[in-house]
Amino acid sequence: MSALFEYIIRLGDDSLILGHRMSEWCGHGPILEEDIAMTNIALDLVGQATSLLNYAGDVEGNGRDGDKLAFLRYDREYKNTLLVEQPNGDFGTTIMRQFLFDAYRKPLFEKLQNSADKQLSAIAEKSLKETKYHLKHSAEWVIRLGDGTEESHQRIQESLNTLWRYSSELFYTDEVDAELLSQGIITDIAEVRAEWEVTVKNVFEEATLHIPTNNWKQEGGRKGMHSENMGFILAELQYMQRAYPNMEW
Amino acid sequence: MSKKEWPLWEIFIRSKAGLNHKHVGSLRAADAEMAVENGRDVYTRRSEGISIWAVESKDVYASDPTEADSLFEPSDSKVYRHPTFYDVPDGISHM
Repeated sequence: MSALFEYIIRLGDDSLILGHRMSEWCGHGPILEEDIAMTNIALDLVGQATSLLNYAGDVEGNGRDGDKLAFLRYDREYKNTLLVEQPNGDFGTTIMRQFLFDAYRKPLFEKLQNSADKQLSAIAEKSLKETKYHLKHSAEWVIRLGDGTEESHQRIQESLNTLWRYSSELFYTDEVDAELLSQGIITDIAEVRAEWEVTVKNVFEEATLHIPTNNWKQEGGRKGMHSENMGFILAELQYMQRAYPNMEW
Repeated sequence: MSKKEWPLWEIFIRSKAGLNHKHVGSLRAADAEMAVENGRDVYTRRSEGISIWAVESKDVYASDPTEADSLFEPSDSKVYRHPTFYDVPDGISHM
């Protein structure tokens, strides 16, 4: 399995699983306007997943397309971070999960625009526009809730306390990254992390939120080791293709 | 939990450069910035626009519906205000 395939799968699975999580809000948003905003974000992410997984299929060259990769793999073959598979919780938890992710995705796509891989650079350029808006949306909500009422502040601080342990996996690297780095396809993740840290620090400061001092971290998704949430997500995501193989609509 | 509703905003969209902003509907938002973002999410999902105005509904001063007779009916009988009494010369298009 090539490093490029593996890398695109990681990106694509983050988009796919987070997009699925966001789509769970459809019809359940706190207000109609926000319901539509979250559904838009879900659709953007699923669109990114489509581009990425289709490309991964091309790179692999075994006749699998984006649909096959999305709907017909087993849980250990999904390489999304643990962060994006975490349950939606309340609105603030969803927003916090999204913010931690968007703050990482924006600088990542900015760097990938200059990738030596033309297709990856094109996908990054298109996705960046969407991601900038996602970040604006999630950051503003973190600030509103954090610097809002006593209850909203307390609840989103709790969300941060819960989700913080999953944030470091966004910057996970292994031999896959090392190989692509040497080929000029990706840049050093440390640059992305530095920007993420600045964004996170500034937004939390404005939101009067405190970064947890407990630095215990949880990782595994990038290696296919998922939390118990993953099985439930895949059961829903894959039901149609498993029950009615090859169906199209 | 507070039951207070967010203020209502009127949303105007410019569909392309050179055209005027048109009223497309109204929505709820906590402040002007959120109103523009919600306008983007609610009313431009199918590439309807390139610019958004948001005006808080309470700032719109409207005509009184009960005065419609005196405000609008008088113009119904003044067809000469429409430029329909001119002969358009041959060769003039887009009229």
